[in-house]
Amino acid sequence: MKIAVASGKGGTGKTTVATNLASVMAEEGQKLVYIDCDVEEPNGHIFLKPAIRRRIPAGIPIPQVDTEKCTGCGLCGQICQYSAIVVINKRVLTFPQLCNGCGGCSLICPVGAIKEVPRQIGVVEVGTADGMDFVQGFLAIGEVRATPLIKKVKGSAPPGEGISIVDAPPGTSCPVIESVKGADFVVLVTEPTPFGLNDLKLAVGMIRELSIPFGVVINRSNVGDEEVKRYCQTEGIKILLEIPEDRQVAEAYSRGELAINALPEYRSRFRQLFKSVERNFKGKG
Amino acid sequence: MKELVVISGKGGTGKTSLVASFSTLAERKVLADCDVDAADLWLILEPRILRRKPFSGSKKAEIIEEKCTACGRCEEVCRFEAIRGTGPPEDRVYRVDPIGCEGCGVCFYICPEKAIDFQERINGEWFISETRNGPLVHAKLGIAEENSGKLVTLVRKEAKHLAEERGLDLVIIDGSPGIGCPVIASVTGADLALVVTEPTLSGQHDLERVTKLTAHFGIPTVVCINKYDLNPQMSAVIEGWAREVGLKVVGRVRYDPAVTKAQIMRASLVEYTGGKIAEEVRSLWRHIVYELG
Repeated sequence: MKIAVASGKGGTGKTTVATNLASVMAEEGQKLVYIDCDVEEPNGHIFLKPAIRRRIPAGIPIPQVDTEKCTGCGLCGQICQYSAIVVINKRVLTFPQLCNGCGGCSLICPVGAIKEVPRQIGVVEVGTADGMDFVQGFLAIGEVRATPLIKKVKGSAPPGEGISIVDAPPGTSCPVIESVKGADFVVLVTEPTPFGLNDLKLAVGMIRELSIPFGVVINRSNVGDEEVKRYCQTEGIKILLEIPEDRQVAEAYSRGELAINALPEYRSRFRQLFKSVERNFKGKG
Repeated sequence: MKELVVISGKGGTGKTSLVASFSTLAERKVLADCDVDAADLWLILEPRILRRKPFSGSKKAEIIEEKCTACGRCEEVCRFEAIRGTGPPEDRVYRVDPIGCEGCGVCFYICPEKAIDFQERINGEWFISETRNGPLVHAKLGIAEENSGKLVTLVRKEAKHLAEERGLDLVIIDGSPGIGCPVIASVTGADLALVVTEPTLSGQHDLERVTKLTAHFGIPTVVCINKYDLNPQMSAVIEGWAREVGLKVVGRVRYDPAVTKAQIMRASLVEYTGGKIAEEVRSLWRHIVYELG
């Protein structure tokens, strides 16, 4: 079973939910992999403290032009939708940062002057943490495209039938979609504020577009107003768990500690969350 | 005219709440909400939309069934696994998954039957609005759409244009979390980046990455520690780190439930309260004005 943890708004508690849920399940002896797809700002490692066994440079193929062979015909510039290769006065210029590795230019070049070479955009790290497998990616500073790296992070997870928990980046655009794609169930984390509600609606729209069953966790459930709950009721969205704001949990978080270790009663909460996810997944599947 | 961009690396540190307060405090400015993925500033500023325009940032492929001979060449060349053939070999049907399609156009160019349609798509909207705190340029990226970077660039351009038109001196940009495409589009060429962080290990980790990004692009950068009293030791650690790498901490803002209450009242914090936190936000703004020069 693949569970993705996502949210429209940043800072609502995705990583808190994902890491605590993963830890509780690993403690119960579930075979589990934690996949941190927030490659721009990965934080799961702060809480799970994995031992990294392998670091794999991740790249995408970009064009290398053989100027001897190139006739300056300009076809490569025409096919490229990202302005990553342009032809000016019969001279070819490439802009590797803009390339998304589609391979169109090398495919269309009539004289075989374009070869593809890998260009590193980040690194994938694979390891273990407290009885679970752990995978994360770090996008290199200045890189524009997170999506190809997220694909590699997902592809680096160990094979097998166990449970995977994906920590997705915030938002609703391409990196988020790549992260949640293929999940059996999505946990949307929100907070009961106007910003939280607005961004939850956007996230719900995205998940519905992908047709994946989902439920909502309301974090800091005792601050703010009742509008998120009202919205979930009206839309028939299952509220999986409510986590009240607690100074001790916030402080544990600030030190990089899991809530289930700071406050043992949180253990049963996250166990319930897993049961709730399982029930809702089976109910809909 | 100057451009101030507010970013954070980590989400939820309080960018938009601070920008809302700046909108009350700053004079002669245009506001630009460049968090096009999850735009929230409008919730506080309650804009009256003057102009709305469609945004088209990418093309998508679509197979014209009548022309398709099911040769399968498109599936072979698509690197994004967005084209799939289904059905038995003698009656195969090929389709493009619109969510998987990255709009590279390789299938369109390669199809021997010209059976692929490759058209610009409307994937968002952008607006010029009037608010009680000045003009606002904002946008809404369509659900499951890409190219947020292009839309961010467009919002920034329009905000600058509007400022010039009206003779205003400042554009305040509300950025998005992360360090990727939309963030790069919102910081490049800005006069000053304010990074809003919080005193947590995650906040510190993400602050380090996002300030490396602004350094990479040569953007002058200052830091504000929001909710600094949630973990004073961690705040001290972040300040020590900032000193070491030569980053100025221009503000410390306490944790206060008034921030959420203001949001619920659709007010900026400084509109809602005159308490100590409001004084800290005002002081932060004075420092930013100084840094902008």
